[in-house]
Amino acid sequence: MRGLTLSAAAGEVVALVGPSGCGKTTALGIVAGLDHAFDGRVEVGPRPDSGPARVGYVFQEPRLLPWRTVRQNLALVLPRGLRRGPAVDALLEALELSPFADRFPTQLSLGMARRVALARALVVEPDLLLMDEPFVSLDEPTALRLRGLLSDWLVRRPTTVLLVTHNLREALALADRLLLLAPSPGRVVAEVPVAVPRAARDDATIEALRRDLLSRPEPAFRLLA
Amino acid sequence: MPALMPAVSILLLLALWQAAAMIVGGRLLPGPPVVAEALLREAESGALFHHMGVTLLRVLAAFALAMSIGVGIGLPMGRSPFIDRLFGPWLVFFLNLPALVVIVLAYVWFGLTEAAAIGAVAINKIPNTVVLVRAGARAIDEGLVDMARVYRLSPADRLRHVLLPQLTPTIAAAARSGLALIWKIVLVVELLGRSDGVGFQINLLFQTFDVAGILAYTIAFVAVVQLLEYGVLQPAERHCQRWRRMPADA
Repeated sequence: MRGLTLSAAAGEVVALVGPSGCGKTTALGIVAGLDHAFDGRVEVGPRPDSGPARVGYVFQEPRLLPWRTVRQNLALVLPRGLRRGPAVDALLEALELSPFADRFPTQLSLGMARRVALARALVVEPDLLLMDEPFVSLDEPTALRLRGLLSDWLVRRPTTVLLVTHNLREALALADRLLLLAPSPGRVVAEVPVAVPRAARDDATIEALRRDLLSRPEPAFRLLA
Repeated sequence: MPALMPAVSILLLLALWQAAAMIVGGRLLPGPPVVAEALLREAESGALFHHMGVTLLRVLAAFALAMSIGVGIGLPMGRSPFIDRLFGPWLVFFLNLPALVVIVLAYVWFGLTEAAAIGAVAINKIPNTVVLVRAGARAIDEGLVDMARVYRLSPADRLRHVLLPQLTPTIAAAARSGLALIWKIVLVVELLGRSDGVGFQINLLFQTFDVAGILAYTIAFVAVVQLLEYGVLQPAERHCQRWRRMPADA
């Protein structure tokens, strides 16, 4: 990547859209503090109580601890005092995972495991939610269901989200703003705000937005085809 | 039929033993009945339990010491190439150090004490453990470690929930080979510098050429180690690995 500049306002959902290999995952890793091999600066706005920002990260693979149950996987990312509290059960309930609370990840399908990974990211009540192709390789109904659950969550609790995806429809369904990235070396070549409120984005609207983007003449939008 | 195999196997061994005893002569190789009698004699006098107990305690102490230090060294060496390169040659050195040399030097430097004895045994086992744990640590899933870092898990939590569970098969293997190695070395340590324990007793019996006594203690000891394997080690390993055996659901 070269010359990558991006920013997100509090509570804004920003989608990074681009082809494979343009460095979207790397960018997320840098923001998350996992990758230090870069020149530049990352500023994640401090919390009102000036603690470090809480980050939730949904990786491309679920990355659940296979030797702990679903419930334990969620509890472990919480501070010790909150692990037995209501937060875990509330999230299991919200993402329709309660029947699976005591299963091990090996007993879950990929869609289920991704849902648990999402629940784990949300249970910490993150200031920043990072998502790396969270719904890729899922069948469409499952992906739709997960996107819906995420949407509902965001309505209840607006969170700053950086979503990496190569699925334009997905980006248009969830994001307030799309950043289109060029292939290697990655940088932002176009910025597309989405004015329609998330709740009003049905299939028809998304399809219309998509066709509009694909029809734009600027070279940046050729990358979407 | 399969359920009878262990019994059949042991009976076969006993039969061969009795036959060998009759061929070689009772003084060099006493048969099973003579050894059984010696075993009972030692048990009745309490000597058997005293020496076995003392030896077992030394084995457990050395085992705990060797495993904890072995994991404590092997884990960083497996995860940090820098540490591995720095201490790798030391590892090779200690691996090739003869057990006898370590024991003798320990007694010379620290006296004929219990601490020297147990320390010497542990030092003999630690390099093996480090090699095994290092290999296991190299195979650790860094993706899960990244996840733990992003969610700011404490180092203690990271060790307990992310790292150690991945090392369970390695630690089990190290424990098993460790136990086998340790009790052999404990016997040598007792023979050289202690005044109780199975090693000491076997030395005594050696002086008086009491082959029956030697075999009696051997059998008793092997039986206890087998019990540890089937009664403690295997159930513990099964428990830790139960998540692997859960059937997948759709």
